[in-house]
Amino acid sequence: MKIMPWALPLAAWILAPLMLGIINRVKAFFAGRRGPSVWQLYYDLFKLLRKASVYSRSTSPVIRVGPAVVLACMILATLLLPWGGLAAPTTFTGDIILLAYLLGLARFATVLAALDTGSSFEGMGASREVQFAALAEPSFFLGMLVLVLHFGFSGLSNMVAGISLETWQTSGVLLILVACSWFVLLLAENCRIPVDDPNTHLELTMIHEVMVLDYGGPDLAYVLYAASLKMWIFAALVVNLLVPMRSLAPWLQAPVFLAGIVLVMVLVGIVESIVARLRLQQVPKILIGSALLSLIALIVRLVG
Amino acid sequence: MTVISVLLILSCLLLLGSSRLHVAIRVVAAQGLLLGVLPIVRSAENLHVAILILGLSTIVSKGILLPWLMNTCLRLSGIRREIEPFVGFGPSLLCGTALLGLAVWIAVRLQLPQVPLILLTSSFFAILVGLFLMVTRRKAITQSLAYLVMENGVYGVGISMSLDFPFLVELGILLDVFVGVFLMGNLLFHLDREFEHLDADKLTELSDLSEPAPAGEERV
Amino acid sequence: MTLLLLTILLPALAGTASYFIRPHRIRRLLWGTTAVLHLALSLAAALPMNATPLDHWIGMDSLSAIFLVLTSVLFLGATVYGIGYVAREPVAPQLDSEDGSLFKNEPESIFTGAILLLLAAMTLAIVSRHLALQWVAIEATTLASAPLIYYHQNRRSLEAAWKYLILCSVGIAVALLGIFFIRMTIQDGPHELTLATLLARADTLNHKWLSTAFIFMLVGYGTKMGLAPLHTWLPDAHSEAPSPVSAMLSGALLNCAFLGILRVQQVCAAAGMASFGGDLLVLFGLVSMGLAGVFILRQADYKRMLAYSSVEHMGILALGVGLGGLGLFGSFLHAVNHSIVKAMLFLTAGNLLSRFHTKDTMKIQGACGVLPISGALWIAGFLAVTGSPPFGTFISEFTILRAGFNQGRWVVATFYVVFLLLAFVGMAGIVLRMALGRKTTDTEHATVLSAVLDSPSAAARAREPWTAVLPPLVFAVIALLLGVYLPGPLAQKLQDAAQLFGGMAK
Repeated sequence: MKIMPWALPLAAWILAPLMLGIINRVKAFFAGRRGPSVWQLYYDLFKLLRKASVYSRSTSPVIRVGPAVVLACMILATLLLPWGGLAAPTTFTGDIILLAYLLGLARFATVLAALDTGSSFEGMGASREVQFAALAEPSFFLGMLVLVLHFGFSGLSNMVAGISLETWQTSGVLLILVACSWFVLLLAENCRIPVDDPNTHLELTMIHEVMVLDYGGPDLAYVLYAASLKMWIFAALVVNLLVPMRSLAPWLQAPVFLAGIVLVMVLVGIVESIVARLRLQQVPKILIGSALLSLIALIVRLVG
Repeated sequence: MTVISVLLILSCLLLLGSSRLHVAIRVVAAQGLLLGVLPIVRSAENLHVAILILGLSTIVSKGILLPWLMNTCLRLSGIRREIEPFVGFGPSLLCGTALLGLAVWIAVRLQLPQVPLILLTSSFFAILVGLFLMVTRRKAITQSLAYLVMENGVYGVGISMSLDFPFLVELGILLDVFVGVFLMGNLLFHLDREFEHLDADKLTELSDLSEPAPAGEERV
Repeated sequence: MTLLLLTILLPALAGTASYFIRPHRIRRLLWGTTAVLHLALSLAAALPMNATPLDHWIGMDSLSAIFLVLTSVLFLGATVYGIGYVAREPVAPQLDSEDGSLFKNEPESIFTGAILLLLAAMTLAIVSRHLALQWVAIEATTLASAPLIYYHQNRRSLEAAWKYLILCSVGIAVALLGIFFIRMTIQDGPHELTLATLLARADTLNHKWLSTAFIFMLVGYGTKMGLAPLHTWLPDAHSEAPSPVSAMLSGALLNCAFLGILRVQQVCAAAGMASFGGDLLVLFGLVSMGLAGVFILRQADYKRMLAYSSVEHMGILALGVGLGGLGLFGSFLHAVNHSIVKAMLFLTAGNLLSRFHTKDTMKIQGACGVLPISGALWIAGFLAVTGSPPFGTFISEFTILRAGFNQGRWVVATFYVVFLLLAFVGMAGIVLRMALGRKTTDTEHATVLSAVLDSPSAAARAREPWTAVLPPLVFAVIALLLGVYLPGPLAQKLQDAAQLFGGMAK
């Protein structure tokens, strides 16, 4: 087994919590505050891991299994991510679909665990999560379809490796459209503003946060860590699309990739600082809009 | 060309999803600019003066003058946004998806050789969106914007088929559209004064099918 | 060629000038002079000795000759009526007779200018032999006539003008799409859209594209022509416009849109697709006739009734052309008859309106007693418009019926007769009660009527001014004459026009 391909998942596992710290720092900067340390999430995770979990008597084992499933899914998903010219540790034809379903399974586990608590708040969050996920998925799959049509149906690594400067000259519009679409998806899937507010604990407006209200100790640590991995996965997808890394020298690829991810995070922070959270009824609109971007890309690919 | 087409499609979608009228006007103005650039890009190799003049006059009329007129109407009437359209903005976007599919279907069905399909698609999409907006929105000002969008689409179809109409005729078409929207703008001033609002669906005094709405009943 | 250009430029220049002329007297003089000159020019252009080659952008074949002279005659009538009309209309704000709100008429200079520009646009639409140029002209007619409809500047005319502008503009945009498609029918060689090119290369045209184009143009120009179900703007616009304008809209403008459809049908016929377009025209024609008939039956406004009657007659025209053969001749003859009669009716309706201040058919009774000439004209017009002998409309409607029978299209012919009867019954009830009726026995209506008659302005209107009576009277005489005797040159032109579509006469 080669060592190099494992560098990316390793980087993801180690650096993912840092990225959320970066977002918070950017937001703090825009708000004129100093903000928490970028390492804050690491402290939180260590603190939580040292605590014990508490479970309500009215819950079943489902809620105990949930966080572990979510975390496992996310860790597996990071194994599928390539990085420019470097292939992922595991790559095979159709791994995109596995990626999509790993994300889906994680969501399923979260929703099931939330319903298991029997709390009406968490049920509400679960229903919203599922509703928005149903609207968000077309965007992901349409974007995938565009890539598959353009680069042929093979592993994610091969497709990403196909993106080069020439691709940009011939069909840059496609890549930009899909990347925009997926960036919106990133915001929606990771519960960022304008779809959801990760900081608020006002149950009426929350989607994701409300589903994890009942966790404590290591379980909460799993959930938080999984969330940061999810953010990393989407950011990596976007960066892979936008940076034609195959044209770069091999030793440059890793720094550029990491810089790209940091840039995406900064962008998320900026978006969160200057955009207001949407009313709940408006959220489908933005998700449909994101799907439409991918659809346009598909049309451009088909008829253009 | 692909970029222009994509921008055209995006602008139409923005029109479908946006409730703010001044945004809509800006989007339509942007469309006018795009359409002015389009013929110049389309015949970049053998550019002659006629095409240049045509493109520039499109930019001036559809991109600058008419949006300015609409903005004036908007400012004087004091309305800001489209309230309660017959089809909501989210569903409008979904309908937009369907219309986009329809536009692709039409463009592909036409089987035109050496015509950029993507441009044809986006032009048909603009026509369909114009029609859709015209029937689903209440404000008279949106209707005139919708007419402009539709006319933009027709113009786009003409360009993508690279029709070589005589210069005078092209200019005549442009002039007709310009005067048409100009007249609409003028009527808008009067509509605002007479009816104290710009809701085209309140124009029901002349109808053989429905009873006129009782006076004094105002929807807020 | 110069002659044709003059016929277009003369009203265009006069119209533009009218906007800037301040004294009413000079402007009205200009208006009248232009109308007379235009008629003279069009008659001259229609003469065989002034024939022009047909392969230019503008040209004059027998079809445009008929429509041009017809338009010009109507315009002269509307001018005589209109000059008197605008002179009588008060300049100060006045009370609306329907909803009691104040309204103020448009400045007379705008009105005069717009109506002259309308004439210029119509002339261009009639003589243009380039499809795109014709499109420009037809759209221009919409733009020129919108201010005319909005002459009274009250709520209802505003609503009518808005609907008119929006619907017709959209319709015509669709027609432009159709013209693009016609361009695609030419597979190779020069892509000129002149009629001459299209007809010369008719057998090489792509049929699939041509049929698509025909549908688009039928829908587009059909909106403007008032074919049901695209007619919804028409009753509003024609009833709210001032009467001389209504006469022009119904009598002349609808014909221009009809001509737009005819030109495509001409290309279709030359390409051997006459029956494709024909069937669609028959369908639209029957739907228009039926729908208009139903709305005439329950109509409470006599100007709207006339407008629906226009929809019905446009249906008849489309039907005649759709049938082909003898129907073509009948249809063109009917276009002439209908324009004359409808103009006369709208002008007469204007007289009734200015006397009784209401468009409600229930509030007018015994018009014959109050306005002897207009009342008589009203009845005569009703008989003429419903196609009763001895008026010209009878002959043309009968010719179209014969075309239906000749071709063995019994279903179409039956519907045709039924719808004609429907319109006859509907209008008979309304018109006869308005014109004859008893004046005094019904107390409620009598009070309404006497209130109107005793109003201060009544004395001024007691007599019917000659400008308001002469044009409809002349039109009535023409309609009657056409029923008795079809002049040789006109018959010849009509036959030539029918021949353009491969049709026959008699």
